[in-house]
Amino acid sequence: MSHASSTPGHAHITPIWQGIPTPKFAVWLFLASEIMFFTGLIVAYISLRYSLPDWPVAAELLSVPLVAFNTFILICSSVTMVLAYDSAERGDLRRSSYLLLATAILGAIFLSIQAIEWADLMGEGVRAASSMFGGTFYTLTGFHGTHVAIGVIWVTAVALKAFRGGYDENHLGIELAGLYWHFVDVVWIILFTIIYLI
Amino acid sequence: METRAHPKRPYLSIFISLAALTGIEVIVAGLAFEPALRVFVLLGLAAFKAALVALFYMHLRYDHRLLAVIGGFPLLLVLVMLIILMVDRVVQS
Repeated sequence: MSHASSTPGHAHITPIWQGIPTPKFAVWLFLASEIMFFTGLIVAYISLRYSLPDWPVAAELLSVPLVAFNTFILICSSVTMVLAYDSAERGDLRRSSYLLLATAILGAIFLSIQAIEWADLMGEGVRAASSMFGGTFYTLTGFHGTHVAIGVIWVTAVALKAFRGGYDENHLGIELAGLYWHFVDVVWIILFTIIYLI
Repeated sequence: METRAHPKRPYLSIFISLAALTGIEVIVAGLAFEPALRVFVLLGLAAFKAALVALFYMHLRYDHRLLAVIGGFPLLLVLVMLIILMVDRVVQS
């Protein structure tokens, strides 16, 4: 394999991400693409909402207190995640493992409450195919919920590895899972405001 | 157990701020005042909360500047686009 940076006659090429671990740089690029993905969905929701006269009033149809509580659960999971990373940074892998597990459990609670909300709405006749509101609501919250589910699996795997001492030498894996988890939290902060409050 | 020296960061203060701001958002959403102003306030609060998570929990405040550009620039575009879209719709309605 040839290396252009070491070939005589060629200038030394320094990657722009020098100083950043490559997996971390890759995760940030992935998150940037995710921002664009969710932006498309959110803009479609807003455009349809203000184009259609019979859009339901969120406070009348949706359970804002329940979802506000669920938002609090996700915020709690973000703080347990960042404390897990902080504990790993300090060398306390045992505490980090338990905090990772707590993060995954809080994520699972979030998904359970979202499932209850969906069941209630479907019971009231709000389905993906029944109205434009239903279609966009389930698409947005469904894609976000899928991301949370992937995050729960990822964080659980990281927690199990941490319990086995897998991050004793290098805890980059905890940081990467944390970046994804916090991103999912950021997306929900925006979705909660746009779908439930405005 | 060996523990390493590490800068103390305001993770719990940020958590309390996020929880309090969520409560304030729910209260503001229930208040009856100018819809356009309410939209601005709610979007502003959401943007502030998102920024807190990105800066402190995702460490953009402390990390390599390039990561802030990668993560922050699309977010900035999103916020600008959302605000323009919302203002346009509210003005039309």
